[in-house]
Amino acid sequence: MLSKPVSPLPAEPPRGCPFSPPPQYAVLRVEEPVSRVSLPDGSWAWLITRYEDVRAVLSDPRFSSDSAAPGFPRSGMVTAGEAGSLIRTDPPEHTRRRRMLTPHVTVKSVSALRPRIQEITDELCDAMEAEREAAGSPGYVDLVRSLALPLPSSVISLLLGVPDEDHDVFQSITATVMSRVNAEEERTAARARLLTYLRELVAGKERNPGDDILSGLIHDRMGAGELTHDEVVGTAALLLVAGHETTANMIGLGALTLLRYPHAAEELRKDPSLMPGAVEELLRFHSVTRSGPRRAATADVEVGGQVIKAGEGIICALASANRDPEVFPDPDGFDPRRANSQRHVAFGYGVHQCLGQALARAELQISLNTLLRRFPELRLAVEFEDVPFRSDMLVYGCHALPVTW
Amino acid sequence: MKITFDEEKCCGAGQCVLVAPEVFDQDDDGIVVLLNPSPSDDLREAVEEAAAVCPANVIHVE
Repeated sequence: MLSKPVSPLPAEPPRGCPFSPPPQYAVLRVEEPVSRVSLPDGSWAWLITRYEDVRAVLSDPRFSSDSAAPGFPRSGMVTAGEAGSLIRTDPPEHTRRRRMLTPHVTVKSVSALRPRIQEITDELCDAMEAEREAAGSPGYVDLVRSLALPLPSSVISLLLGVPDEDHDVFQSITATVMSRVNAEEERTAARARLLTYLRELVAGKERNPGDDILSGLIHDRMGAGELTHDEVVGTAALLLVAGHETTANMIGLGALTLLRYPHAAEELRKDPSLMPGAVEELLRFHSVTRSGPRRAATADVEVGGQVIKAGEGIICALASANRDPEVFPDPDGFDPRRANSQRHVAFGYGVHQCLGQALARAELQISLNTLLRRFPELRLAVEFEDVPFRSDMLVYGCHALPVTW
Repeated sequence: MKITFDEEKCCGAGQCVLVAPEVFDQDDDGIVVLLNPSPSDDLREAVEEAAAVCPANVIHVE
């Protein structure tokens, strides 16, 4: 079957409402769930917009994650640490490399980290309170800069074994990498500084190992010849970028959503045991990774009635799958008690599903519960329309979130 | 109810542990461990949900 000659959409169309994925997705799911989209380099790929089709593609080994595979959709932007990394390998190499990391992010090992995550959150909230007091009246605190960014930054520092005295410099480089305020060349320079920092960090741990993920990889894997120094550095960069920007933006959007849905916030404040479900719904509702998982077909495969040929590229629109009314009734409504919200694909699906998902859940649950408890009067310090959304970034969220109480 | 799984293909996401903690656990390497191979029927819904959300599709329920 030949594809209809449609005028191709861009692979990542802009959002309309700040809380909704691109409006074209709803039309595509009905009219052309496997459609052609254009890529920055002038080539095209298949865009998959229905939930069942997205899950089928992401769990089918005939679709390769290797960016060197023929037809792999080029995004024009390569995230630091992406090329040649875990997320760009297929089984069995992927399985071997992923299993080096899973022990550090199991449900159990993340549970053991929870008290420390709570402590970090409490310290950041103390600092927020002090900053608000110092600002006088009227005054505001930027929740992104004061909590959403530094929390995942501190947690990943802990996991990677970044020494305490380096936290400030590490966080400042990371913030520059992520910021829009800085020009692209400043961000590129910060990325280079970050890689230099990580190379030195790994070299230091080769001499003086500690009790952290990188030291573990160096001791167990580099020693056995399974990983090179550069691969350990690449893993550090991937963990840092992947585990950082996504969580930071979800914390900001999560807090903003609770401000926009005060009834939900009140329910959660009264009964914090509802928070895990609410976090799943927030993940479904926002689906912050704008550039969905990309694959290249290694065989002719039919998806949603369309034959995808070997050597053709595929992009899975996770945000669209998460708003598919066939799976999530009233998909555009935010319902913290939604029965099946955990079926979302915000973490992707298949063997590449987010490695750090237990960590992300813990950080989101703890930060949002703490915000609700400590700042019952929390409100936006600007109009909702004036919140600067990250419509220009690969990971969606807010650039800043001015709040007061 | 009979549960089988393919630990070779487990990717250690831990979703099953969150959905049905009475039945599933992860070993120290993150690989799925069955705490109870034939749980009572009141756990069927949770077990089926765990199978449905498993990203590597390795849990099967009869």
